[in-house]
Amino acid sequence: MTRNTATPTPALPEDVRAEIDALRPRYPTAEALVLPALHLAQRASGGWLPPEMIAAVAAHLDLAPAKVAAVVSFYDMFHDRPVGRHRIRLCTNLSCQLRGADELLEVLAEELGTGEGEVTPDGRCSYVQFECLGSCDTAPMMMVDDEYHENLTPDRVRQIVRGLG
Amino acid sequence: MAFEKVLTRNVGNPAVLRTRGYRDTGGYDALSKALRMAPEEVIEEVKRSGLRGRGGAGFPCGMKWSFVPRQSPQPKYIVCNADESEPGTFKDRLLMEFDPHQLLEGCVIAGWAVGANTTYIYIRGEYTKAASVLEEAVRDAYASGILGDSVLGTGFRHDIHVHRGAGAYICGEETGLLESLEGRLGQPRVKPPFPAVVGAFGCPTVINNVETLCCVPHIVQRGADWFKGIGPDERNTGPKLYAVSGHVERPGTYEHPIGITFQELLDGCGGMYQGRALKAVIPGGASAPMLGPEDREIPLDFDRLARAGSMLGSAAVIVMDETTCVVRATLRLARFFAHESCGQCTPCREGTNWMAKILARIESGKGTEADLDLLASVVPNVGGISLCALGDASQGPVKSMIAKFGEEIRDNLRHGRYPLPRRRIFELGAVA
Ligand SMILES: Cc1cc2nc3c(=O)[nH]c(=O)nc-3n(C[C@H](O)[C@H](O)[C@H](O)COP(=O)(O)O)c2cc1C
Ligand code: SF4
Ligand code: FES
Repeated sequence: MTRNTATPTPALPEDVRAEIDALRPRYPTAEALVLPALHLAQRASGGWLPPEMIAAVAAHLDLAPAKVAAVVSFYDMFHDRPVGRHRIRLCTNLSCQLRGADELLEVLAEELGTGEGEVTPDGRCSYVQFECLGSCDTAPMMMVDDEYHENLTPDRVRQIVRGLG
Repeated sequence: MAFEKVLTRNVGNPAVLRTRGYRDTGGYDALSKALRMAPEEVIEEVKRSGLRGRGGAGFPCGMKWSFVPRQSPQPKYIVCNADESEPGTFKDRLLMEFDPHQLLEGCVIAGWAVGANTTYIYIRGEYTKAASVLEEAVRDAYASGILGDSVLGTGFRHDIHVHRGAGAYICGEETGLLESLEGRLGQPRVKPPFPAVVGAFGCPTVINNVETLCCVPHIVQRGADWFKGIGPDERNTGPKLYAVSGHVERPGTYEHPIGITFQELLDGCGGMYQGRALKAVIPGGASAPMLGPEDREIPLDFDRLARAGSMLGSAAVIVMDETTCVVRATLRLARFFAHESCGQCTPCREGTNWMAKILARIESGKGTEADLDLLASVVPNVGGISLCALGDASQGPVKSMIAKFGEEIRDNLRHGRYPLPRRRIFELGAVA
């Protein structure tokens, strides 16, 4: 594949490159590394993927940047816009709704003073409604960064949110 | 005779997270036995067991394996579908977090049966805990000679890789999953060819659900006849996990012989939440048409539920009590399907949005009886000519809502009762 050489190819941080390359033997194609590489790149760049990062992943895997950008926009866990330092995903699907998720959504809005998908002015938090997270027996629940918080109540949600640094 | 747990027997015993501890419970004996059998014999045993896929479609597992060409110039693959994103479903997470080696054992046996040297476990990206438990189990299995160049010293090579998704329900559909595994958008492929012939990376591939693969070691170890002895008949066999959520006293994952009735399942969960009356139940995940209180004695198996106009699907049982607004519940599912449609097929892309919009109008109190009629006329056009079953699945909740509760909804509309008062579960007062 020919790459546009007019602009310098952005580089991935060295440790991210190494982590991606360590996964190469697992797959018969480089393209299969796109999802693992984006997970790694996103973690290394504050939880979202700026255009330079997407271009860097594409360059490292020798793929067209547009292709990788399309992947980023397809999946709910990849972000092409800034997110808070802590990312809250509140499940509002049916089993959680039946157990009070909509009230928790009100609590989040009130507690953070922002709308869904917006980042608090101090950059601390952003929240979104999410589809079922496979924890319906402990509904209502939310995911904060990589962690599940289950059997929530409004007070518990406030406590968790206030505890985020 | 009390039913003895099979798939969840090790849940709560942390020792089984290590290869050593798992082996102490008889784990990997089935693998050792399978490796002494001819691959065809393993397939035959799984066929005879009557095991049907636990991922949603209920396809006979042994038959699927037999579609993979024996001789293939290309590599073959096992892909474990651990995408588990059907609303209401959380059984596979339990199996992975609490007994990861049971799944690995099933994967290696499947690999031996069809002649595949590699398994990819495609796990939904949000399951970070399950993924790390699995990664750890895989590392340990390599160190113990279970995985790698010579499985249990037999010279059979098998590798397992855990591959994380990134949040998209459609990647649970098997060809959407393959596209995603290969690094692209999870848009389902045209079938045929089926994955058994052209699957991952263009090679013959078996795709099975987590729970399906977890059944395999037990079938090999205890025999097809034992497995067939569980359940009501030859077409519905084996132990089954039911994931129960919503308005019951004790939600959770319950293992029962396949085909217990909804009432029996409910009794095992401590009954309805606060003793309220049952309004509706979804027996098999968001795609499964709703049933009503009159259906409580229906056995929860593939064929009886199909006959009742619903489906076993992922066996995610969502229970709704008398305080539930069925329009609001259905609206939430309709929004889910509209959000998750991958957009390739017009009826699905447009239809799921239409259904969600009309339902929102009714639920909010801006709808009329004409909207209900419009909705009924839209539903049949959403599925049909499309690349995967998502479009068809999205019809289930809406169609059944109209069939079961149409008169009630019409009456509510006539009397201007929407939006129905919302039952608040929590008081919203601030922390002191
Ligand atoms: C929209 C859609 C989503 C699906 N999601 C899942 C899923 O999350 N997990 C799963 O095992 N099967 C899912 N399936 C079913 C798979 O396509 C496939 O039938 C299954 O993985 C085969 O494994 P089994 O025969 O062991 O059940 C889904 C199907 C559709 C149409
Ligand atoms: S039916 Fe819907 S989800 Fe399935 S391929 Fe077509 S548009 Fe995508
Ligand atoms: S519906 Fe919320 S975790 Fe499943």
